[in-house]
Amino acid sequence: MIAVAEQVLNGVQFGITLFLMAAGLTLIFGVMNLVNLAHGSLYMVGAYIAAATFNATHSFLLGIGAALAGTAAVGIAIEVVVFRRLYRRDHLDQVLATFGLILFFNELVRMIWGATALYAQVPGFLAGQVELLPGAPYPTYRLAIIVAGLVVGVLIYLLVMKTRIGMLIRAGASDRTMVGALGVNITLLYTLVFGVGAALAALSGALAGPVFTVESGMGDDLLILAFVVIVIGGIGSIRGAFIASVLVGVVDTIGRAFLRQLFALVMSGFAADSAGPATASMLIYVLMAAVLFFRPQGLFPRENR
Amino acid sequence: MKIGRKGVVAVVALVALAALPPIALALDQDFYIDMFTRIMIFAIAAVSLDLILGYGGLVSFGHAAYLGIGSYAVGILAYHGFGNGFLQFGVAILASAVVALFVGWVSLRTSGVYFIMITLAFGQMIYFLGESINLYGGDNGLNIQQHSDFAGLLDLDDSSTLYYFVLAWLVLCLGFGWRLVNSRFGMVIRGAKSNERRMLSLGFRTFRYKLLAFVISGAIAGIAGALLANLTLFLSPSVMHWTRSGEVMMMVILGGMGTLIGPVFGAIVYLLFESLLSGFTEHWQAILGPFLVLVVLFSKSGLMGFSGRGGGAAAKSNA
Amino acid sequence: MKARILTALAALCCLATPALAADNAVKIGLVTTLSGPAGVIGKHMKDAADLAMDMLGNKIGGKPAEIVFGDDQFKPDVGRQVAEQMVKRDKVDFMTGFIWSNVLLASYEPVIKSGIIFIGANAGPHELAGAMCAPNYFSASWQNDQTPEAMGKYMNDQKMDDVYLIAPDYAAGKDMVNGFKRYFKGKVAAEVFTKPGQTDYQVEISQLRSANPKTLFIFLPGAMGIQFVKQYDQAGLRGKIPLYSAFTVDETTLPAIGAAADGNYEASFWSPDLDNPRNKEFVAAFRKKYNYIPSYYAAQQFDAIFQIDDAVKAVKGNLKDRKGMIARIDKADFPSVRGKFTYNTNHFPIENFYLLKIVKDSDGQYVRKIQGVMFANHKDAYSSECHMKPYK
Repeated sequence: MIAVAEQVLNGVQFGITLFLMAAGLTLIFGVMNLVNLAHGSLYMVGAYIAAATFNATHSFLLGIGAALAGTAAVGIAIEVVVFRRLYRRDHLDQVLATFGLILFFNELVRMIWGATALYAQVPGFLAGQVELLPGAPYPTYRLAIIVAGLVVGVLIYLLVMKTRIGMLIRAGASDRTMVGALGVNITLLYTLVFGVGAALAALSGALAGPVFTVESGMGDDLLILAFVVIVIGGIGSIRGAFIASVLVGVVDTIGRAFLRQLFALVMSGFAADSAGPATASMLIYVLMAAVLFFRPQGLFPRENR
Repeated sequence: MKIGRKGVVAVVALVALAALPPIALALDQDFYIDMFTRIMIFAIAAVSLDLILGYGGLVSFGHAAYLGIGSYAVGILAYHGFGNGFLQFGVAILASAVVALFVGWVSLRTSGVYFIMITLAFGQMIYFLGESINLYGGDNGLNIQQHSDFAGLLDLDDSSTLYYFVLAWLVLCLGFGWRLVNSRFGMVIRGAKSNERRMLSLGFRTFRYKLLAFVISGAIAGIAGALLANLTLFLSPSVMHWTRSGEVMMMVILGGMGTLIGPVFGAIVYLLFESLLSGFTEHWQAILGPFLVLVVLFSKSGLMGFSGRGGGAAAKSNA
Repeated sequence: MKARILTALAALCCLATPALAADNAVKIGLVTTLSGPAGVIGKHMKDAADLAMDMLGNKIGGKPAEIVFGDDQFKPDVGRQVAEQMVKRDKVDFMTGFIWSNVLLASYEPVIKSGIIFIGANAGPHELAGAMCAPNYFSASWQNDQTPEAMGKYMNDQKMDDVYLIAPDYAAGKDMVNGFKRYFKGKVAAEVFTKPGQTDYQVEISQLRSANPKTLFIFLPGAMGIQFVKQYDQAGLRGKIPLYSAFTVDETTLPAIGAAADGNYEASFWSPDLDNPRNKEFVAAFRKKYNYIPSYYAAQQFDAIFQIDDAVKAVKGNLKDRKGMIARIDKADFPSVRGKFTYNTNHFPIENFYLLKIVKDSDGQYVRKIQGVMFANHKDAYSSECHMKPYK
């Protein structure tokens, strides 16, 4: 039982990493109606800046700070140069242009930091374990990721639901011209939202750095998972993104941890060796297809979020 | 008139392609025969995607999956000792059509960005399936021992023969596509793209038409996959990765959506550009990426310049 | 418009054609992983090949020579494509490199069929030592099973029991586990195969903790090992479940793993401290040029270049005499950094395997030090399955 609980915790931790990615993505998607494949590149840029800063200064918090500021700047720059021209285009153009950006950023980090991977370190003050479950000490760093994700999630929720900027963001999503007519600088608002989204991706990347390795293309596959999350959660919904992230994280992790053994009970070991991992890696896509089949707008559709 | 113009471009291009192998052999550069075989295979895949993307407005982001299914059909049959090419290609077409039928049936219930995402999800599902079936190599891939055997009629071991075999398929697919888009069926598909409600009110059950187009497109991509297996003699799930779907989509856009010959040029330019740039600098992606962004931002109609983004007849008459 | 397109296409075609002039330089194709987390291994191999060329004055067998490097990105299909390109477009005279068994297995056939002499400089999948052996293929390293055989024997001699095995789910992972079990006769708690290239092992570490075995043996080369060992340490398992490994804690990973592997054991056919004049020369020259300690990946690649040089010399630069070169390589009569060794009938080395311990050296760096010989003149287990045909 402890084993299952520990794996659930692992799933939640993975889900939180996904959530930080997905929150920015869903915000940008919901507000600007922009499909941004390059969001994974912002995650990667954040991870690189954090790892490089940490390796140079040995300060973890400085690394996080540099990643947030640097990636927000990069995000704002590409918003001004590229995305502004894409808001009124169809999704196909957005997909293709941002696909081009992925190629560019994957190569750019190689040119700056070299082709080989960087290794981010867990900071000393988070290096130990906490005995959350009896007999199963859990790495403090991974708990810190969960806590950070929860705090950021609450902050974003409050920002969108309770503040004037949040109100404008929500209004801008449903009626751009109306908000413009109220004298609000929509262009600036969009740039701001983009910067926030980029910073969230960077935070996700910076925190994930020590868990994964920091390498070119590290955001590509996570990006697809983040899309799965926001489609399951309902595009534009922060709450939906949070619930779907944790759901996807837990389903994926539990599948990886237990499906093989489960299959081995009913089939030969060799068949289970194939079927277990195969089913585990397809599980979340099956989940997504099923959700879309029954609720084509996701779990938390736009009108009643 | 417009058909004539496009026809001339198509014929010139195909004649040029037909002349390539003897020239390459004469120059002792037979590597280029393989390279253009590869290009033509991706051209077939791009044409198949264009049938639903350019004409039907269906942004399928999982098209590489059918390329993979076609490859795996050939590879798996060869692995079990079934080398017959008629059987292999038949199964490749059938298998990709059946999968496309299922994927289309589920996905076509959604639209817009949800359609993009759900086709992407199915593509990744099939990718991960290929990656984890250890019997057929999993992500290690699997060597294919022999080319498809067409009752001894064709010697596909010879790279020129394989080249002309692929060229013949390309011509066949273009001809079939041309017949298709100009048929009543094609009109309905195009009509559904520009105004679905009108087509519905005219009494067309557009879902069925779109589904059939999706299946045909998947089946043609399956042929491209079967050809790819014959070229590389190697099965790898990476042919189904989502970035590969993105590349095929790029070829369509680059060449011009909604023109059949456009995607062929798109494939030629994309793959040549890639090979050329990677010869100049290892950082070629840093050039290719912004180039693609510029194409999307500033070229409304791809290289062919015949058809507008809005698709449909209006843009065509301007050409 | 179409004229413009056609002109552009014609220009592209011309540009894409490399220089047609055939020079008579010796060309060596070297495929390895130069990007991503495994890129550090590729760097060791590339640096070693460059060092060898420096020492040879950029000549192979006295003829001007160049090495064409290719990046396989740790992907079998990419490796195969790169290798085919080298054979068909670059028209290389020799092929070498290859870190990963799955990439090697994917790329093997097109190269072997072309008749080019192929010297694998790391991976040694059992297929190539057995049923798929070929006259024009040689290994400059070992067969995959051999090193874990040495670790298995050591752990068996120490009367260890209840061992939990973790290896990546690819060709070499299976070989390593088989090799280990060939000499380890105690109880195996579980065999866990992970995704190749995986970097987060938290799920597996949780499983390991709940299984609670007495001992852990891993084969996780490159970045996989760095991540696993660090996360195992973070999870507090170090000190609870002792860790043994093969191809995991080495000169490519020690700078990142550091103290987390202090006192661990490994096995290898070579180590930087191996005592012979040729090795001393190699390690000193390598450290002088690159300012880091070479790994066995570097040592193998260094040897492979000198094997090629030796073969070309033997046929007096006549690259068409592949039969002659193969006969020469088979004698293994070149100055190897591992000392004198011989080739088995399947073209895999018969060589010593040593037990190594990770210790801190006088500079404060963690290094591998030879503790003793586990196997002398050790043969691989597959040579009987190889029916070597003469080169045609």
